Amino acid sequence: MADTNRAVEKLQGNFEASIVEVKQDRGDWIVTVKKESIIDVLAFLKRECRFDMLTDVTAIDYLGKSSDRFMMVYQLTSVPFKDRLRIKAPVTEADCSIGSATQVYASAGWLEREVYDLFGIKFDKHPDLRRILMTPDWEGHPLRKDYPLQGPDREPYKGRLS
Amino acid sequence: MGVNQSLGGNVTVTSLDKLVNWVRKSSIWPMTFGLACCAIEMMATGASHNDLDRFGIIFRASPRQSDCIIIAGTVTKKMLPVIKTVYEQMPEPKWVVAMGACACSGGIFDTYSVVQGIDEALPVDVYIPGCPPRPEALLYGLMKLQDKIMGESGSFGSVFGLGDRVSTV
Repeated sequence: MADTNRAVEKLQGNFEASIVEVKQDRGDWIVTVKKESIIDVLAFLKRECRFDMLTDVTAIDYLGKSSDRFMMVYQLTSVPFKDRLRIKAPVTEADCSIGSATQVYASAGWLEREVYDLFGIKFDKHPDLRRILMTPDWEGHPLRKDYPLQGPDREPYKGRLS
Repeated sequence: MGVNQSLGGNVTVTSLDKLVNWVRKSSIWPMTFGLACCAIEMMATGASHNDLDRFGIIFRASPRQSDCIIIAGTVTKKMLPVIKTVYEQMPEPKWVVAMGACACSGGIFDTYSVVQGIDEALPVDVYIPGCPPRPEALLYGLMKLQDKIMGESGSFGSVFGLGDRVSTV
């Protein structure tokens, strides 16, 4: 396993103030940045480090486990360098929005719609922020930890005694 | 003079209701409509080994030509309006078969996105348990539907607006 990563070193040189954490887990490099600089970081990685493909955009709900409730996750792939990088950015529940990666990667459009649909995180400057999986009239965001599994209109299952 | 010959073997006496019921049960044309893994079992039932054709059951590719819909699989809340539209496009008389645990009750998918039984939306005639039901179970369910159709009264008159078609089973 390599001790250094070409892109992480460049990021640390250019975005010293924005980086919250750098770590390596099971061969993957993970860089957590402040959400205000996420677009600059992604644009830099695409332009200077040739991370030309945005593989996935998703989110995690850390309800009750972290003061910043949500964590955005961006999976990047560099086809010419054959390596990958994971960028994370914490998002609070009070200010539940982040800049849209569509400004850098066109493929972020539907991926961010899915995150908006299931987690309720809003994406600033997204060209078409609608629900993509649930019906347009759906209320709530099902992948949030406080969303009832059987839906808000049903008595929750309480085991065999219910 | 008069009738000095018996009627012979190719004449039978029945009621018009029974005749209509017999015709209907002998040519149930289900809508080609699969939703999940049950649809695979439904296709196997239609294929040569089990051969639904021998009951006169032939899958049709249009709801306009169908008189039966087999709800074969999990019905999500997003799919429900589509199923309702297909059902409404089918001409009367029409029957609904709920195939498998999901169509009957939601099955293992006790979640926000799944309809907990198609009977919340459509009038179900036959429920077939199983996950998925074997082809034999689907055949048995369709034979039960045939029994139900044979037991209907008013099948003939209701076509002309004389009374209603009533199921006695």
